[in-house]
Amino acid sequence: MTTSPLRHRSAPTAPTRPSVEGPQDDIFDLDPADLTVVRARHPWRWVAAIGALILVAMFINGLITNPGWDWSTFGQYFTAPAVIKALGLTIQLTIYGTVLGFALGVGLAAARLSKNPVLQTISWTYVWAFRSIPLIVQLLFWFNIAYLYQTLSVGVPFGPSFVTIDVNNAISGMAAATLGLGLHQAAYSAEIIRAGILSVDQGQLEAAAALGIPKRRQFFKIVLPQAMRGILPNAANEVISLFKGTSIVSTMAIAELFYQVQVIYGRSGRVVPLLMVATVWYIVLTTILSVIQYYVERHYAKGALRNLPLTPWQKLQRRLSTINAARQEATYGGLK
Amino acid sequence: MTTPSPAVQVRGVHKSFGALHVLRGVELTVRRGEVTAILGPSGSGKSTLLRTLNHLEKVDAGLILVDGEPVGYRLKGRKLHELHEREVLQQRSKVGFVFQDFNLFPHLTVLDNVVEAPVSALRRDRKEVQAEARELLSSVGVADKIDAYPRQLSGGQQQRVAIARALALHPAVILFDEPTSALDPELVGEVLEVIRQLALQGRTLIIVTHEIGFAREVADTVVFMDEGVVVEQGPPSQVLDNPQQERTKAFIAKVL
Repeated sequence: MTTSPLRHRSAPTAPTRPSVEGPQDDIFDLDPADLTVVRARHPWRWVAAIGALILVAMFINGLITNPGWDWSTFGQYFTAPAVIKALGLTIQLTIYGTVLGFALGVGLAAARLSKNPVLQTISWTYVWAFRSIPLIVQLLFWFNIAYLYQTLSVGVPFGPSFVTIDVNNAISGMAAATLGLGLHQAAYSAEIIRAGILSVDQGQLEAAAALGIPKRRQFFKIVLPQAMRGILPNAANEVISLFKGTSIVSTMAIAELFYQVQVIYGRSGRVVPLLMVATVWYIVLTTILSVIQYYVERHYAKGALRNLPLTPWQKLQRRLSTINAARQEATYGGLK
Repeated sequence: MTTPSPAVQVRGVHKSFGALHVLRGVELTVRRGEVTAILGPSGSGKSTLLRTLNHLEKVDAGLILVDGEPVGYRLKGRKLHELHEREVLQQRSKVGFVFQDFNLFPHLTVLDNVVEAPVSALRRDRKEVQAEARELLSSVGVADKIDAYPRQLSGGQQQRVAIARALALHPAVILFDEPTSALDPELVGEVLEVIRQLALQGRTLIIVTHEIGFAREVADTVVFMDEGVVVEQGPPSQVLDNPQQERTKAFIAKVL
C-alpha cells in the first residue's frame, strides 16, 4: 500500500552502486530506506477467534430461543415494586455493613499498628474470632441475642446502670443483620487497611517525622492517601462481596432481593426467570460499583504514576477523532 | 555574648541496634555558621549519628544539644525528662534533614511538598508560606516544576526540592545524609551547587558525604569517623592532606 517512490530506483547520490534487485543482494549494499516490511500473518488467531465467536453466538441464541428462560416473566418482575423495594433493602444492608465494617476496621487497624500491647492483642483477637466464625452462624447468633441477654444497660462498669433497654425490642431482624454483616466485615477491612498502611514506604514516615508534621496530620495527609492505592482494589472486592453476601440474610426472613425472588417463585413456580431477575440486578449494581472503583482509584493514583492513563471514555474519544481525521485525509486524497 | 553557644554539641553518645554497637562514645561540636563534612567508611556510624541529631534514632547514652537544647529531653534540675512525641516533633522542625533518597511525598505537588510542614508543624499562614516556597523553589532552580509531582522530576531536581522543603522551616541547622549518593553522576553537580550556595549564605550545615573533593572545597571542618567514634577532625587541609591517625590515612589513600 505504501510503496516508496524510491523503491526501484538506484540512489542518485551513489550511481556506482550495484543493482538492488534480486534476492541474492548483499544486505550490506542495501539502503534501509529502500526496504519494505511484510507483516507476519497469524492464521491461527483468526481460527481461534472465529471458533470462540461461534460458541458465543450459540450461547446467545440459546438465551433467546430456549423457552425455559421465560423472558416475558423476567420482564414482568424485573421492575416490579416488590422487587425494587427488596433491592432497596439489599442496597441499605450493603451501605450499613460497609460503613460499620470500615469504620470499625480503621479503628482495629490503628489499634493493631499502635504501640499499645493491650490494644494490639484485642485487635488481633477480634480479627481471629470474626474470621473464624462463619457469617451465617454469626448472623443466627445476633438474631437470637435476646436469648442470651434480655436487657441492655448503660451505666458504670460492674456498677449501677442508668438506662436499660429491652434487647428484643432494640435488636430487630434488620439490626441483627446489620450488626452481623458489619462486624464480620470489620475483621476483613481491618486487615486490608493494615496491609495498605504497611505498604507505605518507611521513608515517608521518616520524612514526615523529620519535618515535625503532627502525628494525626502525618496519618491523614501523608500515609493514608498513599495507602489508599493498596487498600482500594481489595476494599472494592469486599464491598462487592458484601453486596452479594447480603443474600445470606434471606435465611432470617429479611425481605432483601434474594429472599423476595424466592417468595415470588415459591408462589408462581417460575424459578429460572426470577433467579435471572436477581442475577441481573446483582450484575447491574456490581457494574456500577466497578465503575465507581475505577474512578476512585484513578483519583488516588495522582503522583504515583508519571502520567495518568486515559480513561476508557477518553480513549474512545481519541479513537473516534483519529478515525475522523483519517477519513478526512482519505476524502482529500481521493479528490486529489 | 562573647562566645556564642555551639549549634550542635554531641557528648559521649552511644547507640546500639541489638548486639551491634554502632556509636561508641561520639564527641562533636559544630559552631554556628560552619559547614561540617563527616567522612568515613560505610558502617562507621555516620548516618546513625546524623539521625540521632534530630531524634529519628534515640540514643542509649550521652547527650545531644541542638541550639542549646537537649534533643528529645527537657532538663529539670539534674533530671532529663523524656519529651512527648508532640514536643519532639516541635523540636525537629528546628533541624532540617535531607535524605539520601529524597523521600518527597509522591502524592503531593512540588509546591505542596514544601508548604506542608511550615503550615502543619509551625501553623503558619498558607498564603504566606506559598509565596515563600515559590521563592525557595526558584532559588534551587526548579521554579518551572512547581505544579509537577515528584515522580515527574529527575533525581537531581527531586533532591533540590527536598532541600527547599527543609529550608522552608528556617532550621537552625541542616543535616544532609549522603545527598548525592542516589544520583546519576551528571546530576550530582547541580545538587552540590545548591549546597555550596547555602554554605556561602553562612548556614550551619552538617553533611555526610563521599564527595571528598566537595568536602575539601566547602567544609570548614572535616570529621573522620570509624567504628563508631570520631577518629580525627579539623580543617580539610589538615584531615585530608595531612592526616595524623593511621585509620584516616588508610581511608584517604583508598578513596583518593
